[in-house]
Amino acid sequence: MPSPDLIHEVERQLTVCNACRYCEGYCAVFPAMELRRTFDEEDVIHLANLCFDCRACYNACPYTPPHEYAINIPQAMAEVRVETYREFSTPSFLSRLFQGNTALVGLTALVSVLIVFGSVLALQGGDVVFGELTEEGSFYRVIPYTAMILPALLLSGWWLAVLAIGGVRFWRSTNARAGDMIDATSFWRATKDAFGLEYLKGGGDGCDYPGPAKSNARRWLHHALVGGVLLDLFSTTVAAMYHHFFGEDAPYEYLSIPVVSGAVGGVLIVVGGLGLLWLKRVQDLDPANRRMLALDYAFLLLLLLTSATGLALLSLRGTVTAGTLLTVHLGIVAALYLALPYGKFAHVVYRYASLIRYHVEMEREAEKTAG
Amino acid sequence: MKSAYDVVIAGGGNAALCAALEAARAGATALILEAAPAYLRGGNSRHTRNCRYMHDGPEFNLVGTYTEDEFFADLLQVTGGETNEALARMTIRASKDLGRWIEGNGVRWQGPLKGTLQLSRTNAFFLGGGKALVNAYYEEIERLGVDVCYEAEVCDILAGDGAPASVAFEAEGTTQIVQAGAVVVASGGFEANLEWLAQNWGDAAQNFAIRGTAYNRGRPMAKLIEHGARAIGSPHEFHSVAVDARGPQFDGGIVTRLDTVPFGIVVNNEGVRFSDEGADFWPKRYASWGGLIAQQPGQVAFSLLDAKMANEFMPSLYPPVEAQSIPELARAMELDPELVAETVSRFNASVQDGTYDPTALDDCRTEGLEIPKSHWARRIDTPPFLAYPLRTGITFSYRCLGVDERARVLVANGEPLPGVFAAGEAMAGNILGRGYLAGFGMTIGSVFGRIAGREAAKHALA
Repeated sequence: MPSPDLIHEVERQLTVCNACRYCEGYCAVFPAMELRRTFDEEDVIHLANLCFDCRACYNACPYTPPHEYAINIPQAMAEVRVETYREFSTPSFLSRLFQGNTALVGLTALVSVLIVFGSVLALQGGDVVFGELTEEGSFYRVIPYTAMILPALLLSGWWLAVLAIGGVRFWRSTNARAGDMIDATSFWRATKDAFGLEYLKGGGDGCDYPGPAKSNARRWLHHALVGGVLLDLFSTTVAAMYHHFFGEDAPYEYLSIPVVSGAVGGVLIVVGGLGLLWLKRVQDLDPANRRMLALDYAFLLLLLLTSATGLALLSLRGTVTAGTLLTVHLGIVAALYLALPYGKFAHVVYRYASLIRYHVEMEREAEKTAG
Repeated sequence: MKSAYDVVIAGGGNAALCAALEAARAGATALILEAAPAYLRGGNSRHTRNCRYMHDGPEFNLVGTYTEDEFFADLLQVTGGETNEALARMTIRASKDLGRWIEGNGVRWQGPLKGTLQLSRTNAFFLGGGKALVNAYYEEIERLGVDVCYEAEVCDILAGDGAPASVAFEAEGTTQIVQAGAVVVASGGFEANLEWLAQNWGDAAQNFAIRGTAYNRGRPMAKLIEHGARAIGSPHEFHSVAVDARGPQFDGGIVTRLDTVPFGIVVNNEGVRFSDEGADFWPKRYASWGGLIAQQPGQVAFSLLDAKMANEFMPSLYPPVEAQSIPELARAMELDPELVAETVSRFNASVQDGTYDPTALDDCRTEGLEIPKSHWARRIDTPPFLAYPLRTGITFSYRCLGVDERARVLVANGEPLPGVFAAGEAMAGNILGRGYLAGFGMTIGSVFGRIAGREAAKHALA
């Protein structure tokens, strides 16, 4: 769990906020805070994961440092989230290793690429690795179908399982009822908040990111990134169906559904990822949290590498570099999947759970007021 | 920064920014001289949260209507008539387009904050509060090319007869001069000037907290009065509320105020009650407690409650002092345990049984005490017992510059001082001579800031 000192510090800050409440209209954190008079560990974890790090409250606050109350909610909440991702993802030794360790994530990617490349070179031979890949089924000449699909399934199962376990542990730790997780209204509202990035809207003008001036840049770039990931997921699913039901094997034609959706998705990821990286470079560091920043960089870079190698493979598949690119691409994907549940991506699970809980609480509060 | 501007504005809060916005849009070059450093810019506006304005129908998050007559009647009630009716009515009428104007300058609205439903018809709330408004305005004046100089305190204003004025200010340890076609004084009141407070209040002044900015030292206003400007309002009076005595001396803002008073009793440091804690609803009474505490020995008081009432008020910033018995609680507050216990038991003995209802002027009252508690009186008998130390927190001072409807600063004989205008707390006492109406400071500051900016630009460009 987050250290008692950290919990205590967030509790101190929230007590100031709860006596002020000017930021009530910005996001879900403050209305949820106002339902409480004191803040224990589970409240702090819940509220921290509701925070989208939009920073509007930081710039609107008359009590930020150097004021003696030293309020910095975005930074403190990010610190708790970093701890949340670490504490709730299993196994804890891996979680601790990966956390905030961009170098290790990079090393994993490198080792993973070398393993894939090395095995292909040793087992399939150099003429496969250094040959062009245009005709149907040629991808599986480099890596046989089973060798490609088995590790992919295992790794997908791995990160899904780690995150699912984390989500359940998180849900339990906040003392929420098990049944609340399947409350349809709250689930729908949370989904809208999550996919609409509701709390980066800042009353319509956007959030205070990267600097104090309102901007919608982060929201749109995040949409691009998520859209890209979803498109690539779609592309992979369609390709799998082609393989299983129609017997058509990769690589597919340029104007096929898997290639077009995959390419557009890849470009969206590159645009969104580079844009988000740029915003991080120029952001106001005062409300930022450096540990979270390390997670951000590690995840974004890995995602960018995945897309970049995928796009390179697509455009260079007619050249002698294609075999190498395929192995590199798959190596990176393997590393991405391995590190996924320990880094920034984990926010999907914990933020979602907190949003559902928020809407459950609000619904209950409304019933109480009405009744 | 240039050596001459059409309009030089002393101050950097709401009124100053409104003046800068209007002056720049009228085509004038403008300079803001803000005494505070950038991170503390905005004067007392950074601690505000809403603006009261007249409206004919629902607008933004405001419900219903708020007419000129109702608005003025509210003002008459809080000031007890200490207002200039012509200026007040002009301000109220001019407030009608404030909602749209404020939004047009980048401010966003939110519904009334939780616990402020009584203001949902009269007051529009800034999304994020006053500092968000101040930030939006600074962004806007930057776009308009207004220069801003921080940590620059105006120390003198020399207005010539028709000639450009000279504004002297202290910045980076030296006194500098800038020429001005017209000057707007929007530098707030003088409540943060502890020396001046001491002139009127003696040692007691050291025990007051200043709820807002530490930079409202009143120097531009004082210099103009020295040069013959007409002063309005008593230098002894200020608006104040009860705040937690453990808060900072300056800039505690909204969070140090306590809403505990109606839910228990309040004793001074001699362990004695001194006012009816349940006289009326708290929003109507909170402003009198600053003055009441200022009259007590040592300018302190203690709000005492029991466990029954622990959750009846807005959460407090500082936790209450807790004890299992009244004498123990008194000792923790360094009060005489016997005197406090005596006060509490006399109070408890006088409490009449009734039906407690915090949402109404209920029938829970005392009988037979020289200082009664008229409502919400319940025996203080359930441990743990709680105490909050209180002191006087000054919101703003009333003494200010006399102005006319064009925001021109007047001299003693009632003539305007050429090229010198005032807005905000530097002139609010003309309209709000006593008491306070929530969100009305921002109304006066916005209306007069805009007028001063337009008039100053007109004067300078003529």
